[in-house]
Amino acid sequence: MFDLRDLYQEVILDHNKRPRNFGQLARPDRSAEGYNPLCGDKLTLQIEFDGDVIRDVAFDGSGCAISKASASLMTESVKGKTLDEVRALFEKFQAMVTADAEVEPDADALGKLSVFAGVRAYPARVKCAVLAWHTLRSAVEGADDVATTE
Amino acid sequence: MSQVPAPTAAPPRFDVGCVRKEFPILAREVHGQPLVYLDNAATTQKPRAVIDALVRYYTEHNANIHRGVHYLSEAATQAHENARRTVQRFVNAREAREIVFTRNATEGINLVAQSVGQAHVGEGDEIVITGMEHHSNIVPWQMLCERTGARLKVVPITVEGELVSEEVERLIGPRTKLVAVVHLSNSLGTVNPVERIIELAHQHDAAVLVDGAQSAYHLPIDVQALDCDFYVATGHKLYGPTGIGLLYGKAERLDEMPPYQGGGDMISSVTFEKTTYNELPYKFEAGTPHIAGAIGLAAAIDYLTGVGLDQVAAHERDLLAYGTSALGQVPGLRLVGTAANKASILSFVMDGVHPHDIGTIVDQMGVAIRTGHHCTQPVMDRMGIPATARASLAMYSTRGDIDALVAAVGRAREVFA
Repeated sequence: MFDLRDLYQEVILDHNKRPRNFGQLARPDRSAEGYNPLCGDKLTLQIEFDGDVIRDVAFDGSGCAISKASASLMTESVKGKTLDEVRALFEKFQAMVTADAEVEPDADALGKLSVFAGVRAYPARVKCAVLAWHTLRSAVEGADDVATTE
Repeated sequence: MSQVPAPTAAPPRFDVGCVRKEFPILAREVHGQPLVYLDNAATTQKPRAVIDALVRYYTEHNANIHRGVHYLSEAATQAHENARRTVQRFVNAREAREIVFTRNATEGINLVAQSVGQAHVGEGDEIVITGMEHHSNIVPWQMLCERTGARLKVVPITVEGELVSEEVERLIGPRTKLVAVVHLSNSLGTVNPVERIIELAHQHDAAVLVDGAQSAYHLPIDVQALDCDFYVATGHKLYGPTGIGLLYGKAERLDEMPPYQGGGDMISSVTFEKTTYNELPYKFEAGTPHIAGAIGLAAAIDYLTGVGLDQVAAHERDLLAYGTSALGQVPGLRLVGTAANKASILSFVMDGVHPHDIGTIVDQMGVAIRTGHHCTQPVMDRMGIPATARASLAMYSTRGDIDALVAAVGRAREVFA
């Protein structure tokens, strides 16, 4: 049996239980909503910029453990980064969760985010892991539409 | 001396072990565990009789139907029309021409919404549905209302998942043109009092469509006793193939409705000046139908009725009671949908574990359930939850399946402890 702990790692369970940067910002420059119609995950993401650097970011909403932990860990890892750096990180994250099992995640670049490598063994859960990232992208791009994983 | 076998009055005793042997897929493993298939409300597994009927059709009889003068075409036409009569007997329709083959229940609803809508619904008219409809029994009516200026009225549901009966009485009235109601709710398991709704609607000359996608394989169906104007169901939940569904309509209703799609088979004659439409049911069956699907569906119905619908219903009732009690004892677990009259569905949520995570974890133990909104978002909104985990039963389900589910759900609790 595939070990469930590969998917539900301690870090993920911890961020699910105690999500970081959970709530709302006082003066957000941008915000966006994300929705995963598959499982009903909904989240709102708010960003405060300092030039093209993300000074602060927060999220709110409800979802499964994977989507909540992913949003929580994402907010931690993008804080203080430039938009170019965030874009590069998103690409690496997406590559990791959709890669073949034998491909080693780029742990140096992804840091803590590499705990989501286990998601690729669960194709139905990839959308949960990338929801927060899609929402971040639509907040950055200022799109009015709700970001979805469809 | 040869012995004449005595006529068997009662069907043989229901034996779930024998039934399971007829479903080859139930013998397989998933993630190294025996498959525990509890996603029957999404689709049921297929008995060997259905698989064999499909193979036999394609091996021995494949041809296009109607108008063929060669042997195979006639054989295929006969098998297709025999399938229609099997469906007719199954739902107890008065005539075979009252059975229209569709792709699925959704297409049956769309057919009625388009066709009845075009002919008989206008501004100020009202369509009544309920708060526990599947999206497929909401959206076609919304589209009809947008097109015609009719209004959509929704009967609210209680927290237990029952229709608010005073609202049924209040909302069905002189402006009502059509009532569309689910027989057995796919996300709550509620069995609705459709007889009463039909009676009430008919007092106001409104037609009633019963969505039987879930009821057709759990409850004996008699469209004449119900007196519904339309009844839709889908083959793949009835142990048959995907891509085949049925629409029953009273002949007098279907006769006065315009065609749904144009094409071959639905015409009597075509000239560029004027086309004459075919008689029932062909008027509603444009193009080459799913011939193999209809034959497979008939094989499924023969199998189901051979086992005995009453026996199946009794077996599932027993399991539902067992499952309700077993799941009820899991700490932090709450059943969603606790109507007095229920069948086959165990929807639930659990403290601290999102349904989607429950689904993934129990799957690793070989247990297939569905998680999400089950295409009933308004039900989720009403219950104040984003989603549920749903186990759903079929004739081959066992107490062992329920025990495996309870153990797997316990594992989900451990992971999130």
